[in-house]
Amino acid sequence: MAEPFILIPGRTSQQGTTLNEGKHTEAYRVEISTLQVAPEDMQRLELADGDLVRVYNEVGEFTVPCITARGDELPPGMLFISYGDNSSRLMGGDTQGCGMPDSKGLDVFLETATASG
Amino acid sequence: MSATDAATEPSPGLRVVRDATCTFCGCVCDDMELTVEGNHITKAKNACVLGKAWFFNHHIEDRPEALIDGQPAGYDQAMDRAAEILLSARFPLTYGLSDTTTEAQRVALAITDWIGGIVDTTTSVCHGPSGIAFQSVGEVTCSLGEVKNRADYVIFWGGNPAESHPRHFTKYSLMPKGEFVPNGRKDRTAVLIDVRKTKSAKAVDHFLRVKPRRDFELAWALRALARGVELDPSIEETTGIPLETLEEIMDGMKKAKFGVILFGMGLTMTRGKHFNSEAVLALARDMNEHTRWSAKPMRGHGNVTGADNVVSWSTGYPFGVHLGSGFPRFNPGEFTASDVLARGEADAALIIASDPMSNFSQPARDHLEGIPSVVLDPKLSDTARIASVAITTSTYGINTGGTVYRMDDVPIPLRPAFDSPYKSDLEILRGIESRIRQRQLSGSLPDPAASGV
Repeated sequence: MAEPFILIPGRTSQQGTTLNEGKHTEAYRVEISTLQVAPEDMQRLELADGDLVRVYNEVGEFTVPCITARGDELPPGMLFISYGDNSSRLMGGDTQGCGMPDSKGLDVFLETATASG
Repeated sequence: MSATDAATEPSPGLRVVRDATCTFCGCVCDDMELTVEGNHITKAKNACVLGKAWFFNHHIEDRPEALIDGQPAGYDQAMDRAAEILLSARFPLTYGLSDTTTEAQRVALAITDWIGGIVDTTTSVCHGPSGIAFQSVGEVTCSLGEVKNRADYVIFWGGNPAESHPRHFTKYSLMPKGEFVPNGRKDRTAVLIDVRKTKSAKAVDHFLRVKPRRDFELAWALRALARGVELDPSIEETTGIPLETLEEIMDGMKKAKFGVILFGMGLTMTRGKHFNSEAVLALARDMNEHTRWSAKPMRGHGNVTGADNVVSWSTGYPFGVHLGSGFPRFNPGEFTASDVLARGEADAALIIASDPMSNFSQPARDHLEGIPSVVLDPKLSDTARIASVAITTSTYGINTGGTVYRMDDVPIPLRPAFDSPYKSDLEILRGIESRIRQRQLSGSLPDPAASGV
């Protein structure tokens, strides 16, 4: 069953370094395609590192593996993913008249997924 | 400046370029010492992890000068086709510009003016909301040199410099010993406000975990405390931060001799956007009733600040400017790239040193893929892959000299490391501009209906 979360896309060191190596390298693809989940949520949803999860909102969706976030970096109910193609799929075209689409703090739903997505 | 001007040769085939400038992020660190072997940089002394990745991965790739509809082509043919596309358009968009020199930015803006298009930069999806906020409440500003030499209270808000600007702490804001902070870190109090307890939290004295999308409320709570307004303890439920903590922070802010708020895209990309930036800028302004405070946005790309400066001094506005009426018109939401693409309005695009196909919203990407586009990039980016004309250019700061603006609006010269067989953005843009002017002045303009643009 899908549960509501708040998704924070953002920059990481790994994203910045692999970006320079190339956006079509395996390392960059892995970095922007790994969802960080709070330890409490991983336990509650009975998820293990590497499990596939589907994240979606009214704009789009992506299916990626999840990992447990470090320590208390994320509070329960919050997800993190490196900026990239996946996070952009959940961004709508509306900028509310300011030029900037909602790009952080996105309301999303998360559910477990199978390998076929 | 050519690549050889600033270099010394300690041994045959090995050159050292001193005081080179890293253009990966807005810190624009200009104390690099690069060791160059052939067309590779093999050492980058003083560079951070991001800078090293930048320098070590921008070598000369074996690519054609240009691709036209996916087929290899020469520069002249590509510039001819680029001029044809831009002259044929009714509502062309010029976008990007944050990873090229100020000199190239000027020519891109001139082209947009000649063809009556829209010029927008990556600022609109970065700190564009802060640009809007500047116009509403002003900007109490300072240079990073002042931060280094004076700041004894530093607040990082909605950013993670430890990962996005790794040398900011050590070069500018936390560790350096300055004229009025002789003991460096010991003389400074540091606060991080964020929704995530990032790696940056280890570097500060106080971490305040604000609830998601409550930055505006938190800034106004601090503004209230700055004015001596009594707050209800329920502010903790609203912001996630206890009133006692806020009072303690405000007490420290008032006692500071020189405070600065360095804010990131946690504010501008989250609901509220320019209202969030306005609230933080207004807080810095209010604090000047008590002591000296400034606020500066943390800028991402190496010359995104230069783009703001060039577009501002040329048109009077920082981004999202329409030049099709014979005078500049600024209206974020109407003339910003994400909007004109997502609404399907732009009918051609000139993209310089940017990759919107990998980071724009899906509706914007869908439209960009369907219109003629001219893309200048050293790499075959996602945007270059879908371009009608993809032109390979040299890398600014590594192969090409010029000027960039640090995030605090200080211009910095570039000292390139080695020459490139590829032309610079400036050379290509000048070539496109001259072709456009020749055709405009001779009256040999394409028929938009016939061209299909």
